[in-house]
Amino acid sequence: MAQPALLEVRDLRVSFRTRSGEIEAVSGIDLDISDGEVLGIVGESGSGKSVALKAIMGLLPPQAQVTGSIRFRGRQLLGAPEHEMRALRGGKIAMIFQDPLTAFNPVMTIGDQIAEMLMLHDRSLSRARLRARTVELLELVSIPEAAARIDSYPYQFSGGMRQRVMIAMAVANNPDLLLADEPTTALDVTVQAQILDVLRALQQKLKISLALVTHDLGVVAGTADRVSVMYSGRIVEKAGVDDLFADPRHPYTRGLIASVPRLDTQSAQLTSIEGAPPPPSSRPPGCSFAPRCPLAAQLCRTERPALRGAAKSLAACHFAEDTPAQIEPVI
Amino acid sequence: MTHYLLRRLLAMPFLLLGVVTMAFLLGNFVKGDPLASLLTDRQMDNPMVVAAVKARWGLDKPIPQRYAIYIRNLAQGDLGVSFRTKRPVLRDLLDRLPATLELVLCAMTFGSLVGTALGVAAAHWRNRLADHGARLVALIGSSVPVFWSGLIALYVFSVQFSWLPGPGRLDPALRPPETVTGFYTIDALIAGDWVIFQNALAHLVLPSVMLGWAVLGIISRMVRATMLDVMQEDYIITAKAKGAGTLRVLLRHALRNAMVPALTIIGFSFAYLITGAILTETVFSWPGVGSYAVDAARSLDHPAIIGVTIVGALAFLLANLLTDIAYVFANPRIRLE
Amino acid sequence: MINAHRLRLSTAIFKGAALPVTLGLAVIALWVFTMLTIPLWPLDAPLDMVGRRLQPPSAAHWFGTDALGRDVLSRTLHGAQFSIPIAIVVVFAAVIIGGALGAISGFFGGLIGAAIMRLVDVTLAFPPILLAMAVAASLGPGLENAAIAMVVVWWPLYARLVRAQVLEVREREHVEAAVAAGAGPMRVLCLHILPLCWTPVLVNATMDFGQVVLLAASLSFIGLGATPPTPEWGAMIADGAKHFYHWWIAFGPGMAIFAVVVGFNFVGDGLRDLLDPRTE
Repeated sequence: MAQPALLEVRDLRVSFRTRSGEIEAVSGIDLDISDGEVLGIVGESGSGKSVALKAIMGLLPPQAQVTGSIRFRGRQLLGAPEHEMRALRGGKIAMIFQDPLTAFNPVMTIGDQIAEMLMLHDRSLSRARLRARTVELLELVSIPEAAARIDSYPYQFSGGMRQRVMIAMAVANNPDLLLADEPTTALDVTVQAQILDVLRALQQKLKISLALVTHDLGVVAGTADRVSVMYSGRIVEKAGVDDLFADPRHPYTRGLIASVPRLDTQSAQLTSIEGAPPPPSSRPPGCSFAPRCPLAAQLCRTERPALRGAAKSLAACHFAEDTPAQIEPVI
Repeated sequence: MTHYLLRRLLAMPFLLLGVVTMAFLLGNFVKGDPLASLLTDRQMDNPMVVAAVKARWGLDKPIPQRYAIYIRNLAQGDLGVSFRTKRPVLRDLLDRLPATLELVLCAMTFGSLVGTALGVAAAHWRNRLADHGARLVALIGSSVPVFWSGLIALYVFSVQFSWLPGPGRLDPALRPPETVTGFYTIDALIAGDWVIFQNALAHLVLPSVMLGWAVLGIISRMVRATMLDVMQEDYIITAKAKGAGTLRVLLRHALRNAMVPALTIIGFSFAYLITGAILTETVFSWPGVGSYAVDAARSLDHPAIIGVTIVGALAFLLANLLTDIAYVFANPRIRLE
Repeated sequence: MINAHRLRLSTAIFKGAALPVTLGLAVIALWVFTMLTIPLWPLDAPLDMVGRRLQPPSAAHWFGTDALGRDVLSRTLHGAQFSIPIAIVVVFAAVIIGGALGAISGFFGGLIGAAIMRLVDVTLAFPPILLAMAVAASLGPGLENAAIAMVVVWWPLYARLVRAQVLEVREREHVEAAVAAGAGPMRVLCLHILPLCWTPVLVNATMDFGQVVLLAASLSFIGLGATPPTPEWGAMIADGAKHFYHWWIAFGPGMAIFAVVVGFNFVGDGLRDLLDPRTE
């Protein structure tokens, strides 16, 4: 086998100690990312996707308990000493956050914040060099008049530009892996596409792997190579992006895809999946989706389905291998 | 500058007018006889002195005119003549001001630095030992009368253990340096006199710490509160995601933001400082404005009392205004609008 | 809303969950008890010379004797009869006067309301202790005059506080409803608005009890409050300062002040934590 996979996550579980007991946000997920690939992680709010991302970076608060295995190039991250994690953060693994306004320190200039990113991982850089590199990075993401804007404060940028700056900051140290937590959610629809372009262009140019977390299927469709669908703390489907859209195997995925309004067909109504995901504190035994699933059978309520299916396309459903023709349309 | 600052500045003259008016009323109603606030009992037996004072302050005229004359006198810097020192009150105050300033500045520095550090520690180790410890220190600072803690401290450190010098600004054997600023420490440095500098500094330690203790308390509580708010913000996670270490996150990111609202407390603590200074100077025989006020109060030296009150109010107003200005400048968002 | 708070408060106290509040209340209760029952205690009379002068603490006199041979412990404990009632009276007066003026200013507004607030601003422009000193000096020595001086200093804080509360509560719907039902302004103010303004006033008042005790002691220390031979704590500390090497003379009253103020601070702090909607 060639060099170990970039990121290999096995049976990751994250639970939080709260006053009302232990809440499991992530219930045993596996993730794999190889060099240069884009993995889309799709799920509703509360599915655990952001928590999983933060777990990889070790950024969860102290009351979180994380078990499982997170290997980065073969190296176990869970339980690694803090100074090693700090070296990785911003270095080989970088993160982009959802809200670029609150993610920046309001009393520091953009230039200072990017320079900090650079300086934390290379103390030898001179002030001049830091400044030059910062301008380079801003130009990389097409910020106009980069040299002048370097001394501006975050609130002086528009939302889209802020997100670009965040991306520039994240790639500053040429990371191998970029974790993007809902990078487009806080932006206007028109700006979203631009940001995704920037992201994809950078990803290809700098050969970075990208873990893209989002609730928006559209985002994933254009950008990802492979997709993992998360529901209620578990991964319910894994497939290549084309396979996923062409032939979704899990009823939840089908429901998600069906609920995206399409311009090319006539549809009288907007369809949606009835019901809501169960709260993490009270998940039903068996399949978490069973209460809302039109295919649900007695088996589904008692036995939790494992991921099954062909090598590249897996779905956690007892009926995953059944061909679509045998099943009633979901909605 | 924002609208708010402008309004504050515009309100100042009116506030000042209100302050002197109130002082006028206080002075005029001493034991019901305005003369009593300007003359001692003995002087009142002397008809010539009485006539002179009546003319100067317009005491035989109706109140509105008396008020006008009072304002006019004030504008010329005439705050009356102290019963005790027989000198113009303003002169007395100016002479004693540097001593008080030196003490207050030291106390403020001590209180701010230690208070901020305690606040950061309390926020970082929330609900653990450091937090409870900081809370205790703050509580003691605001519950203990400074004139008592000063006495105890003097007794323990100066008498029992001789670690620190006794009351006063300098050892009795030493002579103060050439007056440039009035600050013994700075003047000693300017004169190149190391011994006096050290001595003056040593004498500053105990009163500054005692005076600064109450301020330390409120600052540390305030910093703790604002830090806790700030540490929930998203950019703290961003900083951690960049690989920043704990100290950097705490100081460069959290504290820098937490200080902005905490700045307002500094003006507020000025009230504590003035109050404390008055009592601390008494205990430590510090020849400043505070002990002057106490001496005046003890001997019912009314011109001096009123004079100090007006000047104190002025200082107070100024301190609060400066804090507002500082706040505006500290917050880049407001500053650049 | 009032009932919910009261319930939380009482359960918290009984559960011992609010340890500081319980502790503080205990301390204050002890002092009040002392204050009320002290004539019955087997102590030396506070004004009588009962021993040799300037004696250090001993079995006979736990806190020693002062310059006139009086028992310091007895005087310290008797001091509660002065400091605590004064604090209560001053705070109540400040709350009532300040609260009334603040309510009028907030509710009726207009020229009178503005004038009241200007008076508040001017009064607050003075450093509190200086103003208290000036007023007390004008009125002459004595604890009553010191109390009046302190009320003059303290009422503006409550005026501002209550005014802010009234302004906020005034906009609430139940007030509109009362007005629409034909209630007159006094009724609306007293029955519908003011009852909802008590929370911050209570928190402030409890903290202020302690601060008033401190200010009263400070004034007495300077000579503007209690007159000799009254065993008031501040005055006793002033005595102690004169006899510096006989540290015990100041020690007792100082500890007493500390205990009372800490008690009130604990209660105030705890109350604020309990009543503040934003609990940590």
